Amino acid sequence: MTVALWLLPVLPLFAGAVLAAASPFWPDVDRVASPVAIGVALVVLVLALVAAVGRPSVRAPLLPGGDAALSVDGLSAVLIVTVAAVTLLVLLFSSVELPSGDARGRFFGFMLLFTGAMLVTVTTTTLVVLLASWELMGAMSYALIGFWWRDLERVRSANLAFLVTRTADLGQYLAAGAALAGAGSLAFGALPQASSGWRTVITAGLVVSALGKSAQLPFSFWISRAMAGPSPVSALLHSATMVAAGGYLLLRLRPLLETSSWSGPTVAWAGATTALALGAVAVVQSDLKQLLAASTSAQIGFVVLAAGVGATAGGTAQLVAHAAVKSALFLTAGAWLSSRGTKALRSLRGVAREDRVLGPAAIVALLTLAGIPPLSLWLTKDSVLAAAREQSLGLYLTGLAGSVLAAVYAGRALAIVVTVRRKGDAPDPRDIEEEPTGRVGSLAVASVVALAAAGAVLGVQSMPVVADRLARSIGGNRSVPGLFELALSALVAAVVVLLLLRARGALPAGSAAWRPLRGWLGLEALALRGVLQPTLALARGLARVDDGILDRAVDGTAVLLRRAAGLASAGDSRGVDGSVQAVALGTRRLGALARRPQSGQLHQYYAQAAVALVVLLLVVLIGQ
Amino acid sequence: MTVLSVLVFLPLLAAVVLGSLQGRLRGRNATWVWVAVSGVELLLTVGLWIGYDGGHGADYQERVRWIPGVASSYHVGVDGLSLPLVGLTALLFFVCAVYSLGVGRSRANFAALFLFLETTALGLFVSLDLLLFFVFFDLSIVGMYFVIAGWGHTGAARAALKFFLYTFLGSLALLLGFIGLYVASAPHTFDMVTLAANPPLEGRPLLAGLVLLALGIGLAVKTPLFPFHTWLPPAHTEAPAAGSAILAGILLKMGTYGFVRIAMPMLPEAWSRWSGVVLVVAVVSILWGALVALAQTSFKRMVAYTSVNHMGYVLLGLGAAGATGGDDAAKAVAVTGAVTQMVSHGLVTGALFLLAGVMWERRETYEMDTYGGVAALAPRFALLLAVASFASLGLPALSGFIAEFQIFAGSLGPAPVATALSLLGILVTAGLFLWALQRVLLGASRSAGRRFADLRAFETASIAPLVLLSLVIGVAPRWLLDVIEPAARTVVAAVSGR
Repeated sequence: MTVALWLLPVLPLFAGAVLAAASPFWPDVDRVASPVAIGVALVVLVLALVAAVGRPSVRAPLLPGGDAALSVDGLSAVLIVTVAAVTLLVLLFSSVELPSGDARGRFFGFMLLFTGAMLVTVTTTTLVVLLASWELMGAMSYALIGFWWRDLERVRSANLAFLVTRTADLGQYLAAGAALAGAGSLAFGALPQASSGWRTVITAGLVVSALGKSAQLPFSFWISRAMAGPSPVSALLHSATMVAAGGYLLLRLRPLLETSSWSGPTVAWAGATTALALGAVAVVQSDLKQLLAASTSAQIGFVVLAAGVGATAGGTAQLVAHAAVKSALFLTAGAWLSSRGTKALRSLRGVAREDRVLGPAAIVALLTLAGIPPLSLWLTKDSVLAAAREQSLGLYLTGLAGSVLAAVYAGRALAIVVTVRRKGDAPDPRDIEEEPTGRVGSLAVASVVALAAAGAVLGVQSMPVVADRLARSIGGNRSVPGLFELALSALVAAVVVLLLLRARGALPAGSAAWRPLRGWLGLEALALRGVLQPTLALARGLARVDDGILDRAVDGTAVLLRRAAGLASAGDSRGVDGSVQAVALGTRRLGALARRPQSGQLHQYYAQAAVALVVLLLVVLIGQ
Repeated sequence: MTVLSVLVFLPLLAAVVLGSLQGRLRGRNATWVWVAVSGVELLLTVGLWIGYDGGHGADYQERVRWIPGVASSYHVGVDGLSLPLVGLTALLFFVCAVYSLGVGRSRANFAALFLFLETTALGLFVSLDLLLFFVFFDLSIVGMYFVIAGWGHTGAARAALKFFLYTFLGSLALLLGFIGLYVASAPHTFDMVTLAANPPLEGRPLLAGLVLLALGIGLAVKTPLFPFHTWLPPAHTEAPAAGSAILAGILLKMGTYGFVRIAMPMLPEAWSRWSGVVLVVAVVSILWGALVALAQTSFKRMVAYTSVNHMGYVLLGLGAAGATGGDDAAKAVAVTGAVTQMVSHGLVTGALFLLAGVMWERRETYEMDTYGGVAALAPRFALLLAVASFASLGLPALSGFIAEFQIFAGSLGPAPVATALSLLGILVTAGLFLWALQRVLLGASRSAGRRFADLRAFETASIAPLVLLSLVIGVAPRWLLDVIEPAARTVVAAVSGR
C-alpha cells in the first residue's frame, strides 16, 4: 500500500523526465511517447484508486522539520482519482489530436511530469514538498504553454504566466520560513499552533500563493496568456488540475484559516469577487478558449469562496465537477480548432449541430456550466452559496450574481454553437488559424464524452446522502441549499439560457463599456507598466551605475595610484635622486677646489704655509 | 603522509611533470594526463567521502611542523563544511579536463596550470592553519591570472591584471586580519582549530570589529560581494570557458568558505554584533546582482552577475545565523543551506560557463541577440542550457531549490526584513533566465543558414554530469545534508554563544 503511494507520483515523474529529456539523444522517442504515457497514466489511475481506498501515509527524511511526507485522506483521495482520471482522458485525446509533426516526447513527457507534481501537491503534508511540487507545476505550465517555441509570442505568454505565478509563490516561501520560525516545523499539522505573529505571515503567504495559482484576482490575467499552449494542456492544467490546486490548498488549510478572524472572509471575498468579475470577463470574450479561461477563474472562485466559508465538502464537489466539465470543453475547443481551424466564437456558429457525438457532449457540458438542473454545477454551486449565505448576505448575493453570469457566458457559447448557421454566418477567413482537418478522431471524441458525462453527473456529490458521506470523509461544514434557492437558481439559469438562444447568442449593444472586460480588466497592462517596465528601467540604471561609477571608481583608483606613483617617481628622480646628485656634485666641486692648492710648486706651498700661519696667529690672538 | 596530502599534492606533482615534459607531448596527450590525474583525484574524493566519519571536529587530520617560529604548522583535515567543497573541486576540475579534450592541440602549460590550481583549491579547503590557507589563497590568484592572461579572449591582459590586483589587494586585507587573530591569541597561533575553540578577541569589541572588517573586506573581494564585485564580469568575459568555470565554481567559494570557516567561528561575538551590516551587504548583493544581470546583453556577463546574486544568498544565510532573534535549529537550516548553495552554485554555474564556452566555440560571441532559435539546431545544447538555467533560478528538483529554500526558510525567523527583500531576487533571476532562454534558444532561427553544431561527445560528457548531480541533490539531498548539518550546527552554536 505504501509502495502504491510512493509510486503514484514517482512513476509519472520518472517516466515524464525520461520522455522529455530523451528526444535530443533519441529522436525516435516521439513515436513511442504517447503509448508509453498512456500506459503510465493507466497505471497511475489504478494506483490512485488503490491509494484512495487504502488511505496510506508515507514519509522519508528531507529537511529538519520538513519530511518528504505524503498522505491520502478523504480530500486527497477525491483529488488523486480526479487528477489521474482527467490525465488519462486528456492524454488519450492528445494521442490522436496532437499534430504528428510535433515533438511528442517533449509533450507527453512534460504532461506526465506535471501530473506527478500535481499528485504530490494534493497528497503532501509538509510545506517544503508542497512548494517543490507547486513550483514544478509552474515550470511545466511554462514549458507546455511555450510548447510551440518557434513562435516568440507564445514564449512570451509562457514567460508571463511563469513569472506571475512565481510572484505569488513567494508567499509560500515566506510561509515556509514563518512556519520554521513560528512552529519549528514545516508540517501542515503544526501550522495552526504557530505563534500568532508568524501565523499571520503563514496564512497570508499561503493565501496569496493559492490565489496566484488559481488565477484569482488580482492574478487572473496569466490564465488568458496560458491559452497560447495546445488545448489539451489547457484541459489538464488550466482548468482541471493546476488551477484547481490553489482552491485545493485553501480547502486543505481550513484549520489554519479558522485560527484567524480575517483570513476566512478575505478568502471568501476574493473567491466571490473573482466569480463575479471574471464571469463578466467571460461573457464578452470573442474567442472560445478565452471565454473558457475566464470562466475557469470564475468557477474556481466558487471553490475559493467555499474554502473561505468552511464548506470544505461543497468546495471539493465543485472543484471535481468543474474539472470534468471544463476539461471536456477545452478538449472540444481543441477538437474544433483542429477540425475547423478556428476558435473564434463567430466562426463556430452551428458546429455542435454538425458533429454527431462531439456536439451533444459539448452541449451537455455547456448546459452544466450554465448551472441548468439537474446537471452537477447547479447543485455544487448552490451548496457553496448556501454555506456563504449563512455567513454573509453580501457574499451570497455576489456569488449569486456570479452564477447568473455563468449562465450568461455558457448560454452565449451554447447559443452560438447550436443555432443554425444562416447566410453570412460562414467562418470568417481571418479567424482561421490553422489548416482545418475536417475530422476529429473517435478516441478524442470518446474522451470528451466521458468527461462531459462525468461532469454532468458528478453533482451527486451534493445530493444529501452522498454529501453527508463526503462531509464525514473530508470534514468541514455541510450546508444543504434550500428548495427555494435551488429553484430560484435553476429558474434564473434556464431563463438566461433561453433568452440567449432566442437572441442566437448576441449580446446587447454597449461594447464600449465592455472593452475593459474584453481586455481582462487591463490587469496585464497594469502589471507590465507598473512592475515589469520599472524593473527593467531600474536594472538598466543600476547596470550603468555598475559600469560607470563602481567599476570606474576602481579603475580610477588604479589610475590615481599610477599618477601618485608617477609623482613619486618624479619626486624620486628630482628630489631624492636630485639631492644625492647635488651632494655628489658639491663634493666633487669641493674636491676640485681642494685639489687646486696641490700644484706641486714649492713657492706656492711656502706662501700657503705663511698665510696659514698668519691665520692661525690671528685666531689665537682673537681667541684670547 | 595521509590521503589528504596525496589528494592535495598529486596534481602539483603532475603539473611539474607536465611542465617539464612540454613540447614532447603530442596531440591531446597532455590533456589526457590532466584527465587521468583529475580522475584519480575524483576517485580519491569519493573514497574520502565514503570513509568520512562525520563526527565532531575534522576527519583525516594531519599536522606537521612547518614554521614553528610563528606557531604555524602544516595542519589539514576535512569536516562537514569542507568535504562538500573538496568533492565539488575534484568534480569540477575533472569535467574541465574532459571539456578541454575537445580542444585539439596540445596545451601542456594549460593543463599544468589547472593541475596547479587544483592543488591550491584543495589545499585551501583542507587547510586548518591560517598561514597555509593564505598561501593557497594567494597562489590560486596567481594561477588564475595566468589562465586568463594566457588563454583568454582579446581583452584578457587587462582583465587579468584587474583581477590579479583587485583580489591580491583583498588578500592583503585578509592577511592583516589573520595577523590580528594571531597577535590576539594567547599563546600566539595560526592554528584554526585552536582559534575556533578559543576565539581570541572575545570581550574586546573594537579590536574584534576591526579584525572582522579586515577579514570581511578580504573575503568580500574574493566572493565577490557588492561593492567589490566589478572585477568579476571582465574576468569572466575574457577568461576561457574552463577558466570561468573554475573561477566561478571554485575560486569564489574560497571567499564564502572563509566566512563560515574563519570569520564566524573565530570572531563569533563580532559576527553577531555586526550581523546587521552583513545582512545589508547580502541583500544589496542579491538585488544588485540580479537586477544588473537582468540588464546584460552578453550571456557570460549575465551569468557572472548572477554569481554576485547567488553568493549574496550564501551571505544571507550566514548573516542570519549571527542575528540575535530566532532559534538555533532554524539558523542551522540557514547555514546548511548556505553551504549547499556553494556546492549548487559550483555545479550549475560551472555548467553554464562551459555552455557559454560552447557558444564561443561556435560563433565567437556571447551577445544573446545574435543567437535565437538555437534549440532547433542544437537540441542537446538546448536541453542542458535549459535545465542549468532552471537550476540557477531555483527550480525544485534541482540543487538550487534545496539550497535557497533552506536559506530562506532558516533566515526568515532571525532576519525577517532582509529575507523578505531577498526573495525578490529569485523573481528577478527567474525573469532574466527565461528571457535569456528566449533570446538564445527559442523563436524562429534568426540567422537562417548559420550553423550551430550540437554538443560533441566531450562537451556533453563534461557538462551533463554537473547537471545530473544538481538533479540528484535536488531530488535526494540527504547524503549531502547529512555531512553538512553537524558542522552547520557547530558554527551556529559558536556564533549564538551557546
